[in-house]
Amino acid sequence: MTTKETTSAVPAAPSVTHYLKTHVRDYGMLIALVVIMAMFEFLTDGTLMRPVNLTNLFLQNSYIIIMAIGMLLVIVAGHIDLSVGSVVGFIGALAAVMSVNYDLPTIIVVPVCLLVGLIIGGLQGYWIAYWKIPAFIVTLAGMLVFRGLTLALLEGQSVGPFPKSFQLLSTGFIPDVFGVGRPNVTALVLGILAASTIVFLAARSRAQSLKYGIQDEPFSFFLVKNALIAAAIIYLSYLLSTYRGLPNVLITMAVLIAIYTFVTNSTTIGRRIYALGGNVKAAKLSGINTERLTFLTFANMGMLAALAGLIFAARLNTATPKAGFAFELDVIAAVFIGGASMTGGVGKVIGAVIGAFIMGVMNNGMSILGIGIDWQQVIKGLVLLAAVVFDVYNKQKAR
Amino acid sequence: MENIILEMRGITKTFPGVKALDSVNLKVREGEIHALVGENGAGKSTLMKVLSGVYPYGSYDGDILFNNETARFSGITDSEAKGIIIIHQELALVPLLSIAENLFLGNENLDNGVINWPKTYARTQSLLEKVGFKESPSTLLGQLGVGKQQLVEIAKALAKDVKLLILDEPTSALQENDSAKLLDLLLEFKAQGISSILITHKLNEISRVADSITVIRDGQSVSTLDCHAQAISEEDIIRDMVGRDMAHRYPTRDNASDDSHPGKMLMEVVAWNVWHPDALDRQIIHDICFHVRAGEVVGIAGLMGSGRTELAMSLFGQSYGKNIQGEVRLRGDIADLSTVPNAIKSGLAYVTEDRKELGLILEETIQINTTLANLNGVSSQGIIDENIERKVSEDYRKALNIRTPSVFQKVMNLSGGNQQKVVLSKWLYSQPDVLILDEPTRGIDVGAKFEIYSIINQLADDGKGVVMISSEMPELLGMCDRIYVMNEGRFVGELEQADASQEKIMSMIVKA
Repeated sequence: MTTKETTSAVPAAPSVTHYLKTHVRDYGMLIALVVIMAMFEFLTDGTLMRPVNLTNLFLQNSYIIIMAIGMLLVIVAGHIDLSVGSVVGFIGALAAVMSVNYDLPTIIVVPVCLLVGLIIGGLQGYWIAYWKIPAFIVTLAGMLVFRGLTLALLEGQSVGPFPKSFQLLSTGFIPDVFGVGRPNVTALVLGILAASTIVFLAARSRAQSLKYGIQDEPFSFFLVKNALIAAAIIYLSYLLSTYRGLPNVLITMAVLIAIYTFVTNSTTIGRRIYALGGNVKAAKLSGINTERLTFLTFANMGMLAALAGLIFAARLNTATPKAGFAFELDVIAAVFIGGASMTGGVGKVIGAVIGAFIMGVMNNGMSILGIGIDWQQVIKGLVLLAAVVFDVYNKQKAR
Repeated sequence: MENIILEMRGITKTFPGVKALDSVNLKVREGEIHALVGENGAGKSTLMKVLSGVYPYGSYDGDILFNNETARFSGITDSEAKGIIIIHQELALVPLLSIAENLFLGNENLDNGVINWPKTYARTQSLLEKVGFKESPSTLLGQLGVGKQQLVEIAKALAKDVKLLILDEPTSALQENDSAKLLDLLLEFKAQGISSILITHKLNEISRVADSITVIRDGQSVSTLDCHAQAISEEDIIRDMVGRDMAHRYPTRDNASDDSHPGKMLMEVVAWNVWHPDALDRQIIHDICFHVRAGEVVGIAGLMGSGRTELAMSLFGQSYGKNIQGEVRLRGDIADLSTVPNAIKSGLAYVTEDRKELGLILEETIQINTTLANLNGVSSQGIIDENIERKVSEDYRKALNIRTPSVFQKVMNLSGGNQQKVVLSKWLYSQPDVLILDEPTRGIDVGAKFEIYSIINQLADDGKGVVMISSEMPELLGMCDRIYVMNEGRFVGELEQADASQEKIMSMIVKA
């Protein structure tokens, strides 16, 4: 009787509270993010949500979020990548040497750097996938190697400033095509567009699920949820529009989130990565090329880390030997806060993004409050632990 | 003999939403072997967990009387202190520790907090002798086979001064001769006055050793049979277990009497040789040749370790072994089986022996598991159409009668039989010509077995070729058109269904 059959059918008229109870894992972290934001908004007397601070929040966290997307795939596949922080530093250094010392144009520097990131990830992935060397060890080696190479490349100095065109990667904003300027109408329009697309897609998928009779989400819940999400997006874009509009990185981030959400949810590659992380032997015997997938997952992580490195360098407008130091920890923490499983096979892109935002909002809020870096670390550590405990607790309750 | 060592009265245990046990009664006499039988999910394991204190006193209703004392166990340590020891299906041993270390794990021979090794080894030696197992106490457990590990587990129970030994499906992972040894050991314990409860699916074991039988069905004790008072047939037990008369344990196949049966040649394996993946000088499979025709069910009989799984895995995309030589023809053409994707493309499917480890992604839903081996069937340009996917998995759920409210159920929540059907769905959807089924009914109950047999027959009727590997000879005899007998990496004989018998198979193995 260790495996009992679940015969309790889905209730005919699902109630909102019952639904929330059974899906607390799906929404828990989103609710936590909202609560944390509300708390800091209150504690900082409204500073948190000021347009200028909000813009900063996105700029500050963009590179963590971009890497969290790649790290999610790595962790879902059942591995870990400790080298991303060093790769950020190394790519920043490489970009600085190319742009500043050799005066190469941005249009060449960016693709070369992304390619180098891809190769770095691929090299590490090669050892992990085809030689079965634990990712922890390979990427720990990578972490040391690329930190050292960063120092070597920069000869221990900071190199900068970058040319204007390169800085746009991070500090640029989408100009207002409607010519109003402030409020930035383009930002508003894009926000409304994004909100309506999300609602449209949600409604379409709900309609399909209803057709197959497998929808257990109460309609009122669906309505409120989507209304809130749409309102939040439009409100955020309004706030941003009153400052300088949408930062370029926000667009980059949004596009990446959309692409990777699609890849993980709806493509065979995504499905196979989850299968590989869930049970590598079963996946292999089902005809899945697990080695190649692992390799690609790390190559992809390398490329995203390179992109993050470029954005980070552009934001600081200089490449320093310390750049990216300990970023891997924030990124990994974000993914686990977002509900991914240490053993692989479980986790969502949007969860990792929310996890990254939770970390980001806390960093930002605590800095505004003047809490020292010492206590910030303590609090962040406890939040990571609490999030994972919450997750494990819910899992046990579900059994 | 009439001393009752254990009496469980009116045990009722409810989990949220489920009544797992409903006033179950169980009476075990001193010095007897008491068989506890029932389908998977009937409540046997739950009952034993109540008895051993895993579910502590107070979490269930009813009384437990052990040696005429009311027992109120709050944990396993309590029940073990009284001499009730359970040996679980999954062995609780540490592979990287020695036999001696495992035997006294948590129960070490201490002198002032320091382990006394000479004493430990001496006691290990004497315990091993008691279970008739000659091995150095310092041998690492991981180097032993499953059968020997089982013996170590029993020796461990003896180290704790056992009065009532409970064995939860002890022979499910053992081959016949190891099983026989284990049962002999139980009989020996009985002679020494140790009572035991034997949970098993294998009815032949019961008729061999059991003194009485309690049948549990749907959380209720249905009947208690005394093997000495009356003659009990396997059919009697099965009827009580499933609650219905099972005229045939093996369903009949429609195509067996057709003139065209068996059909045209589907798969021919010629001179197949495989070497061990690590020790390249060890040849595991020697010159094996066999064939499967359309509509045929072909069995591979053999003891565990005879190389059956290795043969199957080496054929299926070279998933096992090195330096593989030989030729496989599928529908007359030489097939490229060098990788798993190629093997699937060529029309081969392999249902693994170990469904949890190798067959399923337990954290995922039925739907996702069903389509995993043929994702291209539900996608175009790499994008999955979830509607098609849902329809496909829903169709298989209905066709194979997987008992669950929806295909969104995670497979870890399913019973063994239903999990096996999910694995079958996955491989049926890969549209194979030939299916290799490795122990397709291991660890599933009688009712589900019958359903799996029906599915296999249906496959044969549809013109597929089925290769069935099994340790249960009656199953092969009941299901197969032909049986190959395998021993030590070689095929040592081939029998038509009409001439095959357990005796013939065994003698082929023994004489080889």
